[in-house]
Amino acid sequence: MLLRLDQIDKFYPTGEGPLHVLHGIDLSLEAGKSLALTGESGSGKSTLLHLVAGLDSPDAGEIHLGGTNIVGLNDTALAALRRGTVGLVFQQFNLIPSLDVAANLAFQARLAGRPDPAWLKVLAERLGLAKVLTRYPEQLSSGQQQRVAIGRTLAVRPRLVLADEPTGNLDEATGDAVLDLMLSLVAETGAALLMVTHSNRLANRLNAHVHLHAGRLA
Amino acid sequence: MVWTGLSALLSHWRRRPVQLAMLLLGLSLATALWSAIQAINGEARASYDRAAAILGQDRLAQLVREDGTRMDQQVFVRLRRAGWLASPVIEGEMRFGDVRLRVLGIDPLTLPPQAQQVDVAVGDELLPFITAPGVLYATPETAARLTEQATPPVRVAEGLPPGTVLTDIGQAQVLLGAKDKISRLLLWPDQPIGRAPLEVTAPGLTLREPSETGDLARLTDSFHLNLTAFGFLAFAVGLFIVHSAIGLAFEQRRPVFRTLRALGLPARVLVLLLIAELLIFALLAGLVGVALGYVVASALLPDVAATLRGLYGADVPGTLSIRPAVWAAGLAIAVIGTLVAAAQSLWRLWHLPLLAPAQPRAWARASERALRAQGVAAMVLLLTAAGIAHFGSGLEAGFALLAALLLGAALALPLVLTGILHLGGRLARGPLAEWFWADTRQQLPGLSLALMALLLALAVNVGVSTMVSSFRLTFTGWLDQRLASELYVTARTEAEATAIRDWLAQRSDAVLPIWSIEGRVAGQPAAIYGVADHGTYRDNWPILSAVPGVWDRIATGDGALINEQLARRQELGLGDQITLPGGWRASIVGVYADYGNPIGQVIIGIDTLVRHYPDVSRLRYAIRIAPGKAEALAAGLRAEFGLPAQNVIDQAGIKVFSLKVFERTFRVTAALNVLTLGVAGLAMFASLMTLSGMRLPQLAPVWAMGLPRRHLVWLELWRGLLLAALTMLAALPVGIGLAFVLLAVVNVEAFGWRLPMHLFPGDWARLAALALLAAGLAAAVPAWRLARLSPSDLLKVFAHER
Amino acid sequence: MSVRALLIYMSLAAPAFGQGFAGLGTEADGFSVPQPGTAFNFPADHGPHPGYRIEWWYLTANLQAADGADFGVQWTLFRSALAPVERSGWSSPQLWMGHAGLTTRTHQFVAERLARGGIGQAGVSAAPFAAWIDNWQMAGRALPEADALSALDLHAAGQAFSYELALDAKGPLVPQGVQGYSVKSEKGQASYYYSQPFYHVTGTLTLPAGVIAVSGQAWLDHEWSSQPLAEDQTGWDWFSLHFDSGEKMMGFRLRDGGAGFTSATWIKADGRPQPQAPGALRVTPLETAAVAGRSVPIRWRVQLPENGVDVTIRTLNPEAWMDTRSPYWEGPIRFEGTHAGRGYLEMTGYE
Repeated sequence: MLLRLDQIDKFYPTGEGPLHVLHGIDLSLEAGKSLALTGESGSGKSTLLHLVAGLDSPDAGEIHLGGTNIVGLNDTALAALRRGTVGLVFQQFNLIPSLDVAANLAFQARLAGRPDPAWLKVLAERLGLAKVLTRYPEQLSSGQQQRVAIGRTLAVRPRLVLADEPTGNLDEATGDAVLDLMLSLVAETGAALLMVTHSNRLANRLNAHVHLHAGRLA
Repeated sequence: MVWTGLSALLSHWRRRPVQLAMLLLGLSLATALWSAIQAINGEARASYDRAAAILGQDRLAQLVREDGTRMDQQVFVRLRRAGWLASPVIEGEMRFGDVRLRVLGIDPLTLPPQAQQVDVAVGDELLPFITAPGVLYATPETAARLTEQATPPVRVAEGLPPGTVLTDIGQAQVLLGAKDKISRLLLWPDQPIGRAPLEVTAPGLTLREPSETGDLARLTDSFHLNLTAFGFLAFAVGLFIVHSAIGLAFEQRRPVFRTLRALGLPARVLVLLLIAELLIFALLAGLVGVALGYVVASALLPDVAATLRGLYGADVPGTLSIRPAVWAAGLAIAVIGTLVAAAQSLWRLWHLPLLAPAQPRAWARASERALRAQGVAAMVLLLTAAGIAHFGSGLEAGFALLAALLLGAALALPLVLTGILHLGGRLARGPLAEWFWADTRQQLPGLSLALMALLLALAVNVGVSTMVSSFRLTFTGWLDQRLASELYVTARTEAEATAIRDWLAQRSDAVLPIWSIEGRVAGQPAAIYGVADHGTYRDNWPILSAVPGVWDRIATGDGALINEQLARRQELGLGDQITLPGGWRASIVGVYADYGNPIGQVIIGIDTLVRHYPDVSRLRYAIRIAPGKAEALAAGLRAEFGLPAQNVIDQAGIKVFSLKVFERTFRVTAALNVLTLGVAGLAMFASLMTLSGMRLPQLAPVWAMGLPRRHLVWLELWRGLLLAALTMLAALPVGIGLAFVLLAVVNVEAFGWRLPMHLFPGDWARLAALALLAAGLAAAVPAWRLARLSPSDLLKVFAHER
Repeated sequence: MSVRALLIYMSLAAPAFGQGFAGLGTEADGFSVPQPGTAFNFPADHGPHPGYRIEWWYLTANLQAADGADFGVQWTLFRSALAPVERSGWSSPQLWMGHAGLTTRTHQFVAERLARGGIGQAGVSAAPFAAWIDNWQMAGRALPEADALSALDLHAAGQAFSYELALDAKGPLVPQGVQGYSVKSEKGQASYYYSQPFYHVTGTLTLPAGVIAVSGQAWLDHEWSSQPLAEDQTGWDWFSLHFDSGEKMMGFRLRDGGAGFTSATWIKADGRPQPQAPGALRVTPLETAAVAGRSVPIRWRVQLPENGVDVTIRTLNPEAWMDTRSPYWEGPIRFEGTHAGRGYLEMTGYE
């Protein structure tokens, strides 16, 4: 099992006392499989994703990634995890505005210390970015920007891709095309995919689908 | 990973070259002004050290007379014959044509090796050195000044202080008109056994231990402290730019930082990378800054040198040497300054929650709480300033007071402006005016640093120009009093002096001697003048305080007048007794103003002077004559005695010369003033430029609601001018306070005189115009960019809104 | 012994020193030159002769303490004229240099002084005789009818030593060379030169260890000239010998590229001089020692066959090095052989 969540609880402090965002979440995902996580706004799905990415830590429970419990790891170890093992795709594309497309694509792989020019070339071709490599993010359309973000993540060949509403800022046609690309590329690299979306239509295109409601798995 | 991260961070600047230029420019300018001051001070100190080290005075003990006067050279022979290894030195000032020099006479045969400055005994050079006409050794610079003058042969020697010539003691005695006199004796460090006791052999001489710092270093300390304070201020103003540029860059890159961390860059590495980035900039800007500093320093140094010569008689070369210490200090201050300016941003980054809201926060938006804290700090500082003003004393307290006043005022500025803008908003009628005031207030946090810098620069400008102008007004009035005589003549020999006196007796209303000796009074160098009992003095002398019948007391010989600086430094007052060279005492009957003179001065009756100092040089005279006849008399004097032009000077000539010295003294201050103002203008420009990028989301809705773009542009321009005008208004009281501190505290400590303060609203108006011009220019560029934006750029704001 | 005068030249022309003495023997404009057949005129000739380039009053003493320990004392005043005139005040071209030495078996004490003429710091007056520089002095206390040099008080002091000696001459002044005209080379360089070798000495030495009462004998030379050396002469060895039998001998060798130039005067116990022909004196170094980084002879064979002298000379302290501006070796000696006695040795120009 690549990813296993065990009785995860998470609270947020608010003015009216702690808010229980996640209640005893159990979840698992095998390598090469994809899992959609749906739920309404505020259901805790993004929080769950952040926990898996090591961007935040749970108040109770364990998160096993590739056999290691990542809860309690220090910042350096979590940063190393994000560099090489886990890939993130956000709703906002979070490209580096001052780097051109080629540099953005290669960025995380270089950060992780395993650049692979041949693979990058394939990715650029597959993502339809070959002609815009020298442009800057602000000169791209939204769909192109998200494709750069997906390429950046896959360039490092992560074992687990975490995507948070990756098509949320795109119109439906563009979003579907980007999602198709992402799914097929993830499948090719043999990575697992955990995707947060509010759309059942998109969720149904993944191997499995769980629904989060008020912090509990339904 | 490190390099990838760093290149991602640095790529930000490639896309924003103006911002980078501002950062580097601010840092370079700050470093430049600071280094310029350091280079000037370093040059001056090195030259004082050279002066202090000349003839090994920093390593050799000396025998001197307590009152600083010369002694008979037989003392030297007597000491040698009693077994003491001593070497005589004579020194004095003299003119070769119009070049004034310090002449040092030595005896090369007995000179201790530690005092050897020039090897005069090489081969055949000893004979010409010790026999007439002798040889003068001087630095290349000094030698060049002498090429046009009639002097003994001049040879070039390195290592001497500027403006000093070294010659044989015998030749020096002839040049200085001091036959068989010496100024002091250098003692060899190792003395033979069996010497006769010093008190018996040379009674009346004092042993002075080797001293690392000369009188000059002490005298000029306050002057250099002044410069340093200015340099520090300029640096602080420059740091405002750096701080705002760095703060902005950090805020703009906040999403990037988040992304980097999300992609697996540890926080520690990120902070270290940012520090590395800053260090690169600091070193780069530091290098440019120090180089620029040398340019500024070489431009300023001739004036500083002239000031030091005119004010303190200190000779500092007019050219700059490159000092490694200045480079090191310049780079260090650039690095430290950058880190200080970035400290807040770095600290924030360190504590940045990984999942902070993704939208960029308005840059440096000061919360109500922060503003309040700043207000409290301002109050504390201003109260501290008031406390120091009331209880403190001394130069350090003066500068602490200045620092507290300026910093307090700067910190209080945003609060004051917020208040005024609130008030403006309250009084505004119509939606556009209301929006204008509210929007201006919203801009304030982003602009406040630049406005604080502007406030500092303006306040310093007001303060310093008020001080200088007050001084000038007082000084010119004082010159009129002090230079009451129509002509001043200097004879070349005593015989000529007698002849001139006789010749003038029938041709003028009065011939008043200006005779003086130099010595030490109360342990400090001082000059003693004798004056005739004449209406010229009774009616005109700039007395500050005196006992009744002061001039009668002077004439009868039991009273002495002292100048203000002597009175202040030694805390002497009317009725106190002072001991004058030679050991006799006189009672202080008056204190007079003596601006521009670094040393103490005592005035006694001319008969008393001659009685106590029969050897006094009797070459200079003031001549009273009807003003209309002065010119003819001067021409007659020159023709009759063949006197060189500079030996007969009329009142106007001296005044022109004195005012020239005065103006030069403050030219450096004026130059620094302008530079500081320039830096502040730049700070404002930088802030407005960088803000303009963020203004679009704020302006676009107003535009969308139907306000023409041209109108918006004008409002932007007005906003800049309004803020500058308000800052100028706020700077006025601060500047006047500054002037008061300078006149009443710093000048008294630094120079020894206190001046009345005069206000010059005309100057303020000019300064205000200048400030508005700077602000207008600073606001014009972003406004112009706004004017050139296409509607689609404004529309993007909505399209991209997240 | 006019060669000694080079010392002052060397010290005032320091850079030239070490490159040989070549430049120092040159003729100079305006200076007087010694002429043969000129009679001394005392006491005036005890005083300075500013028209000549160089002059010195040179005293060496062999002294013993009560416990028999040997000491040597040197007191020298050199005059060097930059121009052949005297002026009062600082413009005087007459320069003065004093050297004082005190040699024990194990230590050498040296001091040096410089002064300008014209201001009273240093000088010589003929009668009553006084020679001084700073507080060093050689002051005459002779009765008016006696020779001004016949009784002297001597004082000098350095950082760690001083001496106070009373000198009384028990014999007459002795002209060297031919009636005081002393030839220094085959090319004819010469000086005026007379000696007083008959002093009995008593007095005290002050050393770091304490004050020591001493007595012994001393020898004074007074010599002046303007052109002391031939250009190829590189140094000299000078001997003054007090024979236990009462005779004295002065001899020197000037070294050059070849055999050198020797000269000597045999002085009878009653003071009558017997000038020897050039070359009559033979001196041979027997042993050298490393002194101040140079190789210096410290044992000599000295022969004057004319008077049956063949002695071996040994230094009291081989380290009697005068570490002055122009360094040289000067110290007391003892000798044995056909004759025995004490004396002084000076050696210059050893590199």
